[in-house]
Amino acid sequence: MLDLAIANLLSPIVLSFVLGMAAALARSDLSVPEAVAKGISIYLLFAIGFKGGASLASHGIDLTLGLSLGAGIILSFVLPLLAFSLLRVLSGMSRIDAAAVAGHYGSISIVTFVAATSVLSDAGVASESYMVAVAAAMEAPAILSALWLISRGSDNAEMNSDLWREILLNGSIVLLLGSFVIGMATGPEGLAKIESFIVSPFQGVLCIFLLDMGLIAGRGLRQANVLDRGAVVFGFVMPLLGASAGLLAALLVGLSTGGTMLLMTLSASASYIAVPAAMRVAVPQANPSIYLTLSLAVTFPFNLVLGLPIYLAVAQMLTGA
Amino acid sequence: MQKHEAKRVEIMIETVMLRRLTEALQSADVTGWSVLPVLGGSGRSGTWSREGQISRGTGMVQVVCLIRPEKLEPLLEAVYLVVERHIGVISVSDVKVLRAERF
Repeated sequence: MLDLAIANLLSPIVLSFVLGMAAALARSDLSVPEAVAKGISIYLLFAIGFKGGASLASHGIDLTLGLSLGAGIILSFVLPLLAFSLLRVLSGMSRIDAAAVAGHYGSISIVTFVAATSVLSDAGVASESYMVAVAAAMEAPAILSALWLISRGSDNAEMNSDLWREILLNGSIVLLLGSFVIGMATGPEGLAKIESFIVSPFQGVLCIFLLDMGLIAGRGLRQANVLDRGAVVFGFVMPLLGASAGLLAALLVGLSTGGTMLLMTLSASASYIAVPAAMRVAVPQANPSIYLTLSLAVTFPFNLVLGLPIYLAVAQMLTGA
Repeated sequence: MQKHEAKRVEIMIETVMLRRLTEALQSADVTGWSVLPVLGGSGRSGTWSREGQISRGTGMVQVVCLIRPEKLEPLLEAVYLVVERHIGVISVSDVKVLRAERF
């Protein structure tokens, strides 16, 4: 495990992230232009979706695809309940803030997922190609759980078909699933045609994206005074609990080592793109500084630097790889 | 050159609420507006900057519209329903325009 941790810490993607974080904490004027960051995120989502679809086309569909999707959806529904209970014990956060944070921890961070696939690729561990679809399926159910938690209190949340359409058709889900379908339809031949664009440059582009994420996380850390000590502890403990739930689900479904690590990563990560937007519309009274700082400045760095090698080592140990 | 009375309404609102706001403007029979990006600022929720806002959930935009004075009240009523629970600022100022038939 130590070897894995050191290899991860010295990987270009983690070092790029650390550089960004250090630059932000040192108040450097380094920044990645907004449009560049958006372009890179489109590239990463397209590449990961396409590669997953092409791989599925060559390996075929089996029963575990349906089971994995079901497991992901159940995890996304259940994890916010666990997160909410933990927050109410550990932190003095209001009920509505705790429910909003819980929604973030049931949903997923696609960047953490992309980084996890990169760690697997470096370690030469294969995974189920359809995990991309599982990632997309886990984005939204957690929002429903968070809104249910809020509605049990005295506060109310605005939820209508318009908001559901925005959540289910948000850009990252559409791109991820769309490129997955294109990859599946065109198969290995399609991949061979654009391989030089979406395979070789992938790691380098991911480095620049994580540099930007480091800058964002570092800026978030400068506002960490919005979090009490219990909330910070939650930001480190919840990913481990989520990963344990993901591990259990992966073992029940019968995923491979790589698939197990990816489901652990998805369950351990917290959203900072889809869920914040939904929460701002549905629950404007919840404080965005709390949920964004926790998910971006505490849990994301933890998962990237320490979580991923831990999840891989545990997955290898328990799946006998 | 002849000038005409008009109202300039500036609405600062969260990006996620923009579509709902423009629909409210249309429902108030306002057909012209401009959307401007907001780079950053400071308010009751602290200081913030557009830099590093990867989520659509955290950005702000400003919507500016010039209208005839008689359209002001219906516009404010429609807009208030959207902005009421959210972060935002609405301001109204008196201006003069050259081509009244356009508003």
